[in-house]
Amino acid sequence: MSNPGARFARFVVGGPPFIYLLLFFALPGLIMVAASFMYPGEFGGLAPLFPLTGSEESGLTVENYRIFFGDRVYFEIFLKSFGVAALTTLLCLVMAYPVALLIARSPKAHRDLMVLLVILPFASNFLVRVYAWMIILGPLDLLFSRFAVIVGMVYVHLPFMILPLYTNLEKHDPTLLDAGQDLGAGAWERFWRITFPLSLPGIFSGSALVFIPVLGMFAIPEILGGKDDWLVGNMIKEAFLSTRDWPFGSMLSLMLTIAVLAIAGVAAWFARRGTRYA
Amino acid sequence: MRRSWWLWGVSLAVYALLYVPLAIVVVFSFNDSKLNAEWVGFTLSWYRMLFNDQEMLRAAANSLLIAVISSVAATVLGTMAGIAMHRYRPKLLPFMVLTPVAMPEILLGVSLLIFFISVFGQESLSLLTVVLAHTTFCIGFVAIVVRARLAGMDDGIFEAARDLGATPWQTFRRVTLPLIMPGVIAGALMAFTLSIDDFVITFFTSGVGVKTLPLQIYSMIKIAVTPEVNAISTLLMLLTLGMILIAGKLAPDAMHGKG
Repeated sequence: MSNPGARFARFVVGGPPFIYLLLFFALPGLIMVAASFMYPGEFGGLAPLFPLTGSEESGLTVENYRIFFGDRVYFEIFLKSFGVAALTTLLCLVMAYPVALLIARSPKAHRDLMVLLVILPFASNFLVRVYAWMIILGPLDLLFSRFAVIVGMVYVHLPFMILPLYTNLEKHDPTLLDAGQDLGAGAWERFWRITFPLSLPGIFSGSALVFIPVLGMFAIPEILGGKDDWLVGNMIKEAFLSTRDWPFGSMLSLMLTIAVLAIAGVAAWFARRGTRYA
Repeated sequence: MRRSWWLWGVSLAVYALLYVPLAIVVVFSFNDSKLNAEWVGFTLSWYRMLFNDQEMLRAAANSLLIAVISSVAATVLGTMAGIAMHRYRPKLLPFMVLTPVAMPEILLGVSLLIFFISVFGQESLSLLTVVLAHTTFCIGFVAIVVRARLAGMDDGIFEAARDLGATPWQTFRRVTLPLIMPGVIAGALMAFTLSIDDFVITFFTSGVGVKTLPLQIYSMIKIAVTPEVNAISTLLMLLTLGMILIAGKLAPDAMHGKG
């Protein structure tokens, strides 16, 4: 890129999206980090960094973090969110695997249609899919429970697991299974010792695609769950819209971001390790 | 063959699970009863009610306007980002483009809420802020599709165009753009669908005055559930169904999550 014409072309093509995202993604993120170290304003929002009247609290503080690490309540709600996300991921995996395997082993001509049939319900509005379970679970007296929350979470995120798993399974070399059979391995052994280990990268990327959005979800616990079923997302929403304590909400959002980055990092690491064996 | 028997069985059950809840919503949208409990008789009155509901119509108009503007903006910026990522292999751009796609929506929603209010003031939340927010997360989806399309092509074509004396703009206009067009259109349709369906980010960036269809559905299912919700849900399903089918026809690769 030493040639000035090429550098100019690069700026013309890459510059506008970069600047847009700098303004409307990176900058808001940085403001949120800063907000987590500030005091809440008198009428919501943020207190000024420099004292204006002297009466209200201003400047920087680690108070929000002190509250977070000082009270078990917040630790427990994060733990609960991780638990719900883990259970949802596991249930999605158990349900998605047979479907992905079936599609991958179907004749090529049928695969596109079978994939499309997975995507189509996914195209309906997220709230509509949650609402559908209100109609089903309401008359059964199962609404507003942890069970309803898990059902909704699994239903909404299932395609996120099926698609990456299928993309992985489709690439497997079928002769490996024949070789396994020739060497006397039964169907289960062929699955556990050949197909399953080879599909680990697909499992990890699918799991990340389910786990991460579930972790930040607030609408499903709010619509299908009771007050005990609130997760991190609900706490964040409350902080911004009800109690209007932005600094506290920003601190919670930052903690969620750190959790998400950690999960994504772990998934990426495992996926890469998995590929090495594949 | 015993194994493929149960593979079929479980898969059929999962497919049924995917469709039955939505089918129930659709069926009850034609039910002549206020309750989504048992079938009473066929009616179109919920649809009639829907088309006389001024608030709902205004929400639909808002949703459409937001989706059109933000999908156009995201398609232009996302196509540029996709081309830049493919051709120049920048380090920071992919991070900026892909992170908003990968992280929980609530994080983008609340950070934009703080940003808009603290920079532009309490009254700034409006249609415009929703459009800006939607564009932010749609850019990534368009960029992914466009980059996948470019990755499947022979870069020699572009060199050939240059060797034949085409300026960079001519190369783009007459070679690159026609070739990536199916990806661009698929990306645009995807952005439109994502925008018109978005709830979480709209929820945080719209303020009090602006209602969109998903926000309207949200307040309806939280306050009073009537089959009018089923009717709007059914119409919304038809709309996104159409968009997805068109996108799948135009860019089959994009539907496989390849790239």
